[in-house]
Amino acid sequence: MTPTKFVKPKSLKQTYHNYCPGCGHGIIHRLVAEVIDELNIREKTIGIAPVGCAVFAYDYWDFDVSEAAHGRPPAVATGIKRVLPDRIVFTYQGDGDLAAIGTAEIIHAANRSENITVIFVNNTVYGMTSGQMAPTTLLGQKTLTTPYGRETNRDGYPLKVCELLSVLEGTKFIARGTVTNPKNVIQTKAYIKKAFIKQIENKGFSLVEILSMCPSGLHMTSLETLKWVEEELTKFFPLGVYKDV
Amino acid sequence: MKKILQGNIALCEGAIDGGLDAYYAYPITPQNEVSAYFAEVLPKLGKVFLQAESELAAINMVFGTALTGKRAMTTSSSPGISLMQEGISYLCGCELPCVIVNVMRGGPGLGNISGSQQDYFQSTRGGGHGDYYTIVLAPFSVKEIYEFAKESFLLAEKYRNPVLIIFDGYLGQMMEVFDTESDEGKLNVKIDEPIDKSWVLDGAKNRPSRKIHSLLMAEGELEKLNLKLKKKYDKIRRDEVRVKFYNVDDAEVCIVAYGMSARVSLEAMHRLRKEGLRVGLIRPITLWPFPYKEIKDVAKKTKKFLVVEMSLGQMIEDVKLAVEGEAQVYFYGRSGGSLVSSKEVIESIERIL
Repeated sequence: MTPTKFVKPKSLKQTYHNYCPGCGHGIIHRLVAEVIDELNIREKTIGIAPVGCAVFAYDYWDFDVSEAAHGRPPAVATGIKRVLPDRIVFTYQGDGDLAAIGTAEIIHAANRSENITVIFVNNTVYGMTSGQMAPTTLLGQKTLTTPYGRETNRDGYPLKVCELLSVLEGTKFIARGTVTNPKNVIQTKAYIKKAFIKQIENKGFSLVEILSMCPSGLHMTSLETLKWVEEELTKFFPLGVYKDV
Repeated sequence: MKKILQGNIALCEGAIDGGLDAYYAYPITPQNEVSAYFAEVLPKLGKVFLQAESELAAINMVFGTALTGKRAMTTSSSPGISLMQEGISYLCGCELPCVIVNVMRGGPGLGNISGSQQDYFQSTRGGGHGDYYTIVLAPFSVKEIYEFAKESFLLAEKYRNPVLIIFDGYLGQMMEVFDTESDEGKLNVKIDEPIDKSWVLDGAKNRPSRKIHSLLMAEGELEKLNLKLKKKYDKIRRDEVRVKFYNVDDAEVCIVAYGMSARVSLEAMHRLRKEGLRVGLIRPITLWPFPYKEIKDVAKKTKKFLVVEMSLGQMIEDVKLAVEGEAQVYFYGRSGGSLVSSKEVIESIERIL
């Protein structure tokens, strides 16, 4: 048997990433790139990078990418897709971008069933700004702005985006995966692929939430973060397909 | 052909004739006629109309369409334009052409829904964060609204910069007869070289991938962008100033006013001229770039200026900068959505003569 050669997806540039060791973005960028290659849509894809750690995504992917103001990628994607309906348009957003400052844009893009795909990376913390509480921070979780742990009476509850969006009629595919081990990586890639296929088939809005690792923001080692995401985070944010219509 | 149109509808027709591809907006008075018209007409023309969930979303939808090189526009009124400022800053940072229209109402805060000219500072000083300008056009008739809207896309694309058209709620609501064939009110945008579209994002087919961003973290990179923008702004300052003079040659007093205030001032000027008083009017059409040099030239002979605004004095600062102390600059203005009257302008002139 010939050993499988490790090849870089065409949709990924040959460059170093700025991400911290143990960060999940590198894996997720690659999964998106692999899916775009496999679906043969690289030449008609336009991606939107968020404000947050993934802001530099346009330096890593090798297809057309724009930045967007914080929280606004779904509106920017709408503006592209409405005038170029035959292109593949996706946003890549973190938990602060999508679930805090950009809640209006994501809910209305989903509700209009914009024919776009959203890759939502949830690592429960604002990585870029040094680890503040995110809307998805777990109860009791310590962050820069919840030094004694997140409390419901002050900070409310972690926001469950997949559950929230799946009740909207406009959403056509909603799933939550993670990238903590090869099995989960393979499953998450399948979700991403399915989400892009929904768009290619003009079915409407698709979103994949990915529970990811931020060792720097969580103040854990890479291995501890993997374990925490897999054992703790998935309890509150269960993995699986929330909607597929 | 003679047409009778409301200002807000002339704006729509001008934009369509200028090649509008997509329009996004959130409801706000006093410009709701624009959305209603586009909602009915654009789908029939195969163009995009979309009511956004907020002005934030609207300006970012404009951003998205502008990324593709298509012609995008949004309209709003003062509080809504305030909300859009972040997006406008991004559009300028990313050098994306588009057209934004502010049918101004009274402020601050929720203010009222009457016409005003209280957003002059916001319009001409960038408005959002960072070192940037938008090209600001101030029509004073329904015909000018039509012509400016029509040519604004070209002007925006020529410089890869947003163009802001501002007028007050009165002008937006006013109906006026105009001749579609006449040259009156045309901007006559000169295109020296073909419009560059080598930056648009439409899929990396048979070309290297492209990226559009305003985040420049490496040392010196942002300053490079700022200096590049400065070069562009200097060219705009040199080539795109538009201003109209009325009876300035022998004027003892010169009124400076734009938009609705200029219409009222024009009537006041005619009445005073009939009485033999030597009154002139300077009407800036581009508020940015502002006609500093042109006003300075007038100040060499005319030593008294009266700035008339529907605000408590914003453009007056530019007029003072323009005359560089060579003339006295007086002011008359009404605020809070009140309209200046020709009688009030005449009284102000009589006081300073």
